[in-house]
Amino acid sequence: MSDIVLRKDLPDTLTPDRSGDGRSLQTVEIDSHSLNFGPQHPSAHGVLRLVLEMDGEVVTRAVPHIGLLHRGTEKLIEHKTYMQALPYFDRLDYVSPMCEEHAFALATEKLLGIEIPDRAKWIRTMFAEITRVLNHLLSVTSFGLDTGALTPALWGYEEREKLLEFYEAASGARYHANYFRPGGVAKDLPPGLADRIAAWATEFPGFIDRLESMLTANRIWKQRTVGIGVFTTEQALDWGWSGPNLRASGVPWDLRRSQPYDMYDKVEFNIPVARNGDCYDRYLIRIAEMRESVRIVEQCLAQMQPGPVKIQDTKISPPPRREMKRSMEALIHHFKLYTEGYHVPSGATYTVVETPKGEFGVYLIADGSNRPYRCKIRSTGFAHLQAIDELSRRHMLADTVAIIGSLDLVFGEIDR
Amino acid sequence: MTERALSARTAHLGALAFRLGTSVPGVLWAGLEKGELLVRTTRAALIPLMTLLRDDPRCQFRQMMDLCGVDFPERAERFDVVYNLLSVTLNQRCRVIVTTDEATPVPSVHELWSSATWWERECYDLFGVLFSNQPDLRRILTDYGFEGHPLRKDFPLTGYVEVRYDVDRRQVVYEPVKLTQDFRSFDFTSPWEGMTTLPGDEKAHQDRQGLVFGPPGQGR
Repeated sequence: MSDIVLRKDLPDTLTPDRSGDGRSLQTVEIDSHSLNFGPQHPSAHGVLRLVLEMDGEVVTRAVPHIGLLHRGTEKLIEHKTYMQALPYFDRLDYVSPMCEEHAFALATEKLLGIEIPDRAKWIRTMFAEITRVLNHLLSVTSFGLDTGALTPALWGYEEREKLLEFYEAASGARYHANYFRPGGVAKDLPPGLADRIAAWATEFPGFIDRLESMLTANRIWKQRTVGIGVFTTEQALDWGWSGPNLRASGVPWDLRRSQPYDMYDKVEFNIPVARNGDCYDRYLIRIAEMRESVRIVEQCLAQMQPGPVKIQDTKISPPPRREMKRSMEALIHHFKLYTEGYHVPSGATYTVVETPKGEFGVYLIADGSNRPYRCKIRSTGFAHLQAIDELSRRHMLADTVAIIGSLDLVFGEIDR
Repeated sequence: MTERALSARTAHLGALAFRLGTSVPGVLWAGLEKGELLVRTTRAALIPLMTLLRDDPRCQFRQMMDLCGVDFPERAERFDVVYNLLSVTLNQRCRVIVTTDEATPVPSVHELWSSATWWERECYDLFGVLFSNQPDLRRILTDYGFEGHPLRKDFPLTGYVEVRYDVDRRQVVYEPVKLTQDFRSFDFTSPWEGMTTLPGDEKAHQDRQGLVFGPPGQGR
């Protein structure tokens, strides 16, 4: 009596030879050991715990353990009014906060059946693109850091600081902006901010060139990324990928183009697509997207007209502060909005936006009360991380680090 | 999106909904809800329907973007399992809903879409919905050794246990939740609509509501 140790995920070199009668009685000794990668590891991009089964230096199986940053956001939202629920979205993907707010704001607006003013749409589109640059700057440069390139990260942080100042000028906060609201944006751009953004947009492409000079043709960088973590089109679709990672695998799919929201159908931009689906392509896509984002920001600034920045219905958006001091009705509206909030007619919607990481969706069910009945958050990285076993199999341990870096994972969003 | 493109899309989805609702067995209801294609089906018909949605040339939903549960505790089959599908070739979305209860498993769709594996794990973890033929039905988001299913409506927001670091025992310990103040859930109904009875004014309230207490003829 002997047992067969035969596992699907073993390399061919380790699977036992079949004996003639088809009833192999061979015991295979597997010289494997498992390695605990994270949750406290600088390359784990937060709190990823990976249990790696290693065959020497080669990964035979990667089992991710997530949920170490689970805060029960969906449960909390069920107990908050729509206005109170919005700031939770900043805290999901804390690298691209405004894009997450965008999804919830659009979903709520769809259920309310309201149309927001044009200026609010332009401001949102512009800040969504600023957020995209903000995200890709961190993503690309920390990917470099994972593979040993320190300088891009230092440069990237300096550049991010300029964008965070725009955040601060518009919303008052550097990260947790709470700026996109159902019905528009919280407040208008302060005087002078448009000029500062325009000045940034003219000089930023030069920074991308300098950043690229550090990496794109760098021999070490290419050795670490070209041909590593290849994902085919079929696999990428099967695993529910979206965003830059899907486009790197050859699918020309971008929600800003195919299912446009706000002002994306009024701006011109290209969608970069790559063919090979490896880590290097995922990097190239992000670099190219930053250049496109700058173009969109410039177009937004050019086409933006003065006007209201939130819907002029005081049952949904708060009245101006000045009016509140004089008008009894405005004061009542303000009080009711910030205590009871507005009631959303019952219905359900699955509303998606193209965040820098890919498709971010909110499945919102309203029951006619002032609180969401259910708010499911479709996080982008959840789908990407799920494929890590397939991606990193038979790669070296160091390549797994590169793969994690190339997927652009943020655990605030994955764990929710 | 222009009005014209939007109406063309709605017409296309409407036609698809009509076809699914009339010619596919096991579809309870198919139609548009706020411009989004919604199909309600049964557990038994789920796998054939999903295979059709994925492979039919007019559907081509090659991607499963999201799977989630919804809890309606007052219903006999209290859970909705919601699948959000996407076709990148035809640029259309579809939402499929099946219902289930705590004990009856839903057939797993991980063989149709690999991405379903983790979403189903998440749904099991947060709602306790069971999936049959699922290779990896473990908890995913909650703590190791967690008990209960937190997104059920009868699970309290504050949970049952809390953790803290115990200096004496030099380890993290789990203890029952102690709230320093009672959990407050405000009833925000407008005082002009909700609170209709002022203290001392019960009689007027009964008159307004047409309520009569006690046998008729006696003093109201």
